[in-house]
Amino acid sequence: MRGNADAQELIAPGSLDAVLNLMANEPGTWTPIAGGTELMVAHAAGNLGAKKLVSLWGIKDLRHVEAQKASVTIGAGATFMDLRQTRVIGEDFPLLSTAASWIGSIANQSRATLGGNLVNGSPAADSSPALFAYDAEVELISVRGRRRIAYAEFHTGYKQNKLAADELLFAIHLPRRFGGHKQYLRKVGTRRAMAIAKVALGATVRIEGGAMREVRLGAASLAPFPTRLYRTEAALEGRALTAETICQARQALLEEARPIDDIRSTAEYRKRVAANLLEEFLRECRTGVEER
Amino acid sequence: MNTPAKTRIVGAPVARKEGVDKLTGRARYVDDMEREGMWYGATVRSTIPRGLIRSILFDRTVDWSEFAIVTAADVPGKNQIQMIVADQPCLADGMVNHCDEAILLLAHADKTKVRAAVDAVRVEYDPLPPVLTIEESERQKTVVWGKNNLLKSFLVKKGDVNGAWSRAAHVVEGEYRTGAQEHLYIENNGVIAECDAERGVTLWGSLQCPFYVHKSLMSVFDLPAEKVRVIQTETGGAFGGKEDYPSVIGSHAALLAMKSGHPVKMVYDRMEDLAATTKRHPSRVRHKTALDGEGRLLAMEIEVVTDGGAYSTLSSTVLSRATLHATGPYLCPNVRIRSRSWATNTVPYGAFRGFGAPQAIFAVERHMDEIAAAIGMDPVELRRRNFLRGGDTTATGQVMREPVILDRLLESALKESDYYAKRERFARENECSAVKRGMGISAFFHGSGFTGSGERYLNSLAGVDVTREGEVRVLVSSTEFGQGTNTVLTQIAAETLGIEYARLTMAPPDTKIVPNSGPTVASRTAMVVGRLIERASRQLLDVLRKDAGLGEQFSGEEFFAACERLRAKKGEVVSLCRYEAPPGIYWDDATYQGEAYPAFAWAVQVAQVAVDTTTYSAEVEEFWAVQEVGRVLHPVLAGGQIEGGVAQGIGYALYEKVQLANGHMANNQMTNYIMPTAEDVPPIHVYFEEMPYAHGGYGAKGLGELPHDGPAPAILNAIRDATGVSFHAIPLLPENLFERMAEKEPVAEGAAV
Amino acid sequence: MSTQWVAIQMQVNGERREVRVPPMKRLLDVLREDLHLTGTKEGCGEGECGSCSVQMNGELVNSCLVPVLQAADTAIETVEGLAHDGKLNPLQEAFLRCGGAQCGICTPGMLMAATHLLERNPQPSVAEIREGLAGNLCRCTGFIRIFESVVAAAAESRTREAPHAG
Repeated sequence: MRGNADAQELIAPGSLDAVLNLMANEPGTWTPIAGGTELMVAHAAGNLGAKKLVSLWGIKDLRHVEAQKASVTIGAGATFMDLRQTRVIGEDFPLLSTAASWIGSIANQSRATLGGNLVNGSPAADSSPALFAYDAEVELISVRGRRRIAYAEFHTGYKQNKLAADELLFAIHLPRRFGGHKQYLRKVGTRRAMAIAKVALGATVRIEGGAMREVRLGAASLAPFPTRLYRTEAALEGRALTAETICQARQALLEEARPIDDIRSTAEYRKRVAANLLEEFLRECRTGVEER
Repeated sequence: MNTPAKTRIVGAPVARKEGVDKLTGRARYVDDMEREGMWYGATVRSTIPRGLIRSILFDRTVDWSEFAIVTAADVPGKNQIQMIVADQPCLADGMVNHCDEAILLLAHADKTKVRAAVDAVRVEYDPLPPVLTIEESERQKTVVWGKNNLLKSFLVKKGDVNGAWSRAAHVVEGEYRTGAQEHLYIENNGVIAECDAERGVTLWGSLQCPFYVHKSLMSVFDLPAEKVRVIQTETGGAFGGKEDYPSVIGSHAALLAMKSGHPVKMVYDRMEDLAATTKRHPSRVRHKTALDGEGRLLAMEIEVVTDGGAYSTLSSTVLSRATLHATGPYLCPNVRIRSRSWATNTVPYGAFRGFGAPQAIFAVERHMDEIAAAIGMDPVELRRRNFLRGGDTTATGQVMREPVILDRLLESALKESDYYAKRERFARENECSAVKRGMGISAFFHGSGFTGSGERYLNSLAGVDVTREGEVRVLVSSTEFGQGTNTVLTQIAAETLGIEYARLTMAPPDTKIVPNSGPTVASRTAMVVGRLIERASRQLLDVLRKDAGLGEQFSGEEFFAACERLRAKKGEVVSLCRYEAPPGIYWDDATYQGEAYPAFAWAVQVAQVAVDTTTYSAEVEEFWAVQEVGRVLHPVLAGGQIEGGVAQGIGYALYEKVQLANGHMANNQMTNYIMPTAEDVPPIHVYFEEMPYAHGGYGAKGLGELPHDGPAPAILNAIRDATGVSFHAIPLLPENLFERMAEKEPVAEGAAV
Repeated sequence: MSTQWVAIQMQVNGERREVRVPPMKRLLDVLREDLHLTGTKEGCGEGECGSCSVQMNGELVNSCLVPVLQAADTAIETVEGLAHDGKLNPLQEAFLRCGGAQCGICTPGMLMAATHLLERNPQPSVAEIREGLAGNLCRCTGFIRIFESVVAAAAESRTREAPHAG
């Protein structure tokens, strides 16, 4: 244990308004901490730069899952266990439910939050590929009001995002329009549980008249931040599912992906496996097999 | 074959002796303990692999007067850890030879302050060129140890290897490599030390060998035996990682206790334990094998090389065991084994379950499959044709005087795993499947106990006593760290004395109280120490019958009454026995000829492996372990040892990689040193054949290390079966499989290249 | 600069406890140092090994990752709360019988994870047991006898609850 609890300030104002006021009055000073599954690891390693933390844990306005007619809203403070246990997520957004079950362990899932996963912004974030595949929107909140942006635009660089200094991630919105889509999610880690993704691919597509429409591909660990694979999507949009298309899509992915060599894996491995996952998805679409 | 004698406690699944404490959270591990006025210790470590220490600078913002500071200059006795060769300094003195080498120690009453203070000490070096690989060390261009980097070498010769090549029908060569492996005991290394003029040094700690630590502390502090006391605390896993390292951390904490005048607790966090403590020796083994037209071994020329790290510690004995296991369980008339351990500027490697045998057996058992492929023979049949049998001689000239039942173990393993049927089925199914499956086999022995004259040198003493309070205690320095020492030795004592198992306890593992029954290593405890407890218990009954009126049959009450009568006569009730070598053990250390081990345990293992060609990941789907380990003293404990060893062997093969960057372990966290989880281990099926060994406790031979010897080659043999690709190195990660297996990426028509 | 300590109240194994500590102090350290409940262990400090697992308001958490401020006014259950009047509970009995504990250091966390699993899923399949315990590393057993222990405990509870069922 290399962190010093005595050198850390941690407060829990208890309400969303109180937290937002604090962040407005002292922008950039207070780092929000939700379930702590990232920040407490950094603290234990002696690497927690932030000395002032404000706790979001237990704020009811942040921890909820609500279904409306056309969309589902997930509070940023919802834990992955909340997602696994919420029926509408399992029914309408099975990839997200699956991703939630792949986070760490049961003990991690009961504390790690969807919002924390996104704001931490690791390129290997487990929830991101599914959120890209589902065209998620994120809602940001401050004393100045709320705004929504496409999740696809949220990450801007390595551990950088569009949150202003006084903003919190408030909610994630998912459109309920994927019932007729083919869906795919696969994560490749160092082992079956408790593994950071070496690479992961999430995908949805609507097959219409033998052609692929509204292709959405989200990847982990192919770039400095979670990414949509726009060029690969473009290579598939409107195309029929032929061997040639699969080959070209693989090519597009190999060119678009920018993974690195790091302590967990190599760039070449990540690229090739990502291409294999894409092919697996496309073949499944062809044979009508949906589940992975 | 002997049938085991009927027993009521030995062989029965009695409750683990210390099980209730472990299950209720009452068991006290060293970090659960506190001593009055206790301070906390921390270590400043080298950040370079080799160099001279130019200066040590203390940040002026810290009030260093609050701290106890210890350097090599503070060592009262010898600044050396006493192991086989005393070349490892307790604290670096002017020079460092590996990353994370201990340079300076700090202690303070506040745990957080001492941890922060480590970062406030800056060491400046004049770096020297390090040697970081076996090959660099072999070249001897840069000498970093002794005169020539060579820590140890052996040469074993049998028959005439040179003459065999020309008459061979086949000659097959291969090179095999194994990586370092970390023990990853869930409890990190930790100790608490006290030091005062009157009592000397007292150390509590997570450790395997109290008397090893005792010996080292005597030397570091220049104290006589009665002024050093070492007490083992409940130990959360060891696997060899707490055989010699506790002498290092123990000396450190004791030096700080001496300097500060306070008890000092030193418990490593996971990052420090991973980076700075011992691991399994990496190895490179080369085989050149001659066979006749029927696939029978004519000659084996083997080169065994290990990386010892910066100091020799246990490299010579690990090399010894690797050498003696290098030929596998096979009969070969002509053998030459040249083995060497080379120094490098990495954290010294040490003992780890198997102790050289996993490395050697990986090589020979992979090589047997390569031979089989080269000569077009079934790898099972190749092994069967060459198995040692009773009456055969090994590479050291040891005659197999006990029956060798490898054939039976093999048949059992093949049957239980449905080996041939599966191989056939997988061969068919693999053609149309992205997941390729295969079956692989390994056959091996593991020498029980110390090599050759080792046990005679240890001269172990052990026994039982009965206290005034009516406690019957087993007196040993052999320690419990999960493998069942406490249970098995009290079972043996209870069985022999004819009293209830519940009446037996273990005397505290305290060098002040117990005799030296030798280190808890080398799979010797049940066999050697168990035998001593058996003899000492019988000896006590003899004395009670002769001098205290105990009858031939007796009740528990009568037993204790007789003990009190004996106590009245003699003042105490204690019975100790010293090791006696079994007859006919002849061993020549110079030529490495003779009886290498008093007994061998034998095993055949089978792995069913699936290789996913989408992700290039290999997983073990199912595993079978069939072994003969003498008498099984406790079916649950024995089964647990096999399963645990197999799981570690699976990790060794497919998951666990020590990533070194300039000699420092870069992946020194549990998030990136990967061991299999509950979702990764396959079903493991365990079968015992029992052949009681006359000279082991109730017929037992060693079994703790055996199961770790076989999984890696069985798994890579299965991968070869599944994919047709031969891999020669472990750990074998998906990235390695990808490099060899991935076909060239197909180029699409019309696509830009 | 020393942070302001706070008073935290928790229910621990059914008893009301209060401590005065830095808000960022790990729940693990509060249990071990301030409440002297040393049954919960630190194996890694990074939420990877599960030795520090406890239940917090019925959820399984890694106490090394919980700042004690976030545990305020919660009900904490640790290994020390499993046995009653010194008698092992059926899960502990099963571990003892089946060899689910060797060195014992992972055992407290493993028992809490198994307890959490069985409370939600009294008759889990082996696959569900594997998933439920995936966050608890054991280096000694290879997990096999831990699975057997949980299966045995589940079977025993089924017999106890329906002694007359077929």
